[in-house]
Amino acid sequence: MSKEKFEEALERLEEIVRRMEAGEMTLEESLKAFEEGIKLSRLCTKKLDEADRRVELLLREEGELVTKPFAGEERES
Amino acid sequence: MDSGNLKEILTVSALNDRIKAILEGLAAVWVEGEVSNLRRPASGHVYFTLKDMKSQIRAVIFRSPFGGGWNRPAAFAIEEGMSLVCRARVTVYPPRGEYQLIIDAVEPRGLGALQKAFEQLKARLEAEGLFDPARKKPLPFLPARIGVVTSPTGAVIRDILTVTRRRFPSVDIRIAPVRVQGTEAPAEIIRALGDLQIAGGIDVIILARGGGSLEDFAPFNDEGVARAIARSRIPVISAVGHETDFTIADFTADLRAATPSAAAELAVPLRAELLETVGSLRLRLIRRLRQERGRRRERIAELQGRLRDPKRRLADVRIALDDHLERMRLSVARLREAHRQAWAHLSIRLEHRNPRSRIAEGRTGMEGLGRMLRAAWEKQAALKKNRARAAMALLSSLSPLAVLGRGYSITRRRPDGLILRRAGETAPGQEIDIRLAAGNLNAIIIETFKEPSDVQREV
Repeated sequence: MSKEKFEEALERLEEIVRRMEAGEMTLEESLKAFEEGIKLSRLCTKKLDEADRRVELLLREEGELVTKPFAGEERES
Repeated sequence: MDSGNLKEILTVSALNDRIKAILEGLAAVWVEGEVSNLRRPASGHVYFTLKDMKSQIRAVIFRSPFGGGWNRPAAFAIEEGMSLVCRARVTVYPPRGEYQLIIDAVEPRGLGALQKAFEQLKARLEAEGLFDPARKKPLPFLPARIGVVTSPTGAVIRDILTVTRRRFPSVDIRIAPVRVQGTEAPAEIIRALGDLQIAGGIDVIILARGGGSLEDFAPFNDEGVARAIARSRIPVISAVGHETDFTIADFTADLRAATPSAAAELAVPLRAELLETVGSLRLRLIRRLRQERGRRRERIAELQGRLRDPKRRLADVRIALDDHLERMRLSVARLREAHRQAWAHLSIRLEHRNPRSRIAEGRTGMEGLGRMLRAAWEKQAALKKNRARAAMALLSSLSPLAVLGRGYSITRRRPDGLILRRAGETAPGQEIDIRLAAGNLNAIIIETFKEPSDVQREV
């Protein structure tokens, strides 16, 4: 899941919870919604559990855009 | 009156030391004046005299790091005759018995002009709509990658990296290194903003610089930089200087942060908060489903209670059917009986009105009447026969024909058939018919002879 999708997933999850709490669903619908909601919450949590990031410098070399690791990136706790 | 032992006699050094202590005990002051006698020895320090109309004082700006707080060259060149506002302390140089100002901050007196230029540019871009809230782009909820335009060294980039890592450790950072002050800075910032547009995957840009004076912020008050920010397809957060410093870049950016750290906080959501949000949503989801199930279970139980066995209903229906059938049968029987009785009654009434006896009576009467009629008729007939016979005899005696038999005749005038009784009723030449007892005569009158009475009558 891309990060743009995270927000969509979160919004969808909120929507599902809201609709379930409004109590407008049939049992079948609410079971389906529940299943989807749990799946979405797992996806979101998975995204949130990612830990690594890359810090790079965006430079121009002979007119070309290049990226280089940023030496100043320390392992902050 | 020997007062000599009361006299305090100081050496020159001691006096200068005292003067030094007093003067250097003064707090730092802001002083304004005009530059004269400017000297720039090889040491790099700057010496001049600061003066106004009536007075003057010697001053020095030390090149860093020797001169205390002043550790950077002035953004502008100090020139002879220039008006300055300086922050300074008074120091005394005892070897020469001189005092002077050590300046640690300086602004050109012409600062008002710089401020004016800033206001003018701001007004112009504002009128153009560059600061319009409607054109501000919303920040992404969770950026995959952040572009940072700032100096690659120093506190600013370090703060941004620290804050973003703390808030959400998996957000990538692309640093587009630039100089953030000096004449080259605007062009570098403009190019960096452009590069980040095409670098790919960047969701938000932070344009940052640490604190400084108005001259330090000059690149961020640059019109070209402002337009580059406005052109950016990617939302830009500006974080220039401290909370109280506003630059044209701040007005143009999609969001202005008070400090670089604040910019990082605005750009990246707090992972812990999101985790909590997702967790609580999940919990609500589970709780809700449980409630839903419970509610439905209760409802089913309630409905089950209300549900009736169809067999019981069938029995009811059967009984009702039987009942109806029985009632129908009864009512049919009743109806038949009622009709039968009505029929019997009518038969009796009909019998009472039977015309047979009356016919017999009528017939007897009719036979009697017939007989009587016949007797009466025969009597009448006999009576009439007799009368007819008498009448015929009488008639026969009265008949003119019978007279004719005795020799009389009847003369009639032609053509009208008038029976002639007088001679005058005819004339000579007229035809007449004469009836005799047997046969008729047709004759012509030859002559008439009237009787006197007759003639008389004619007169």
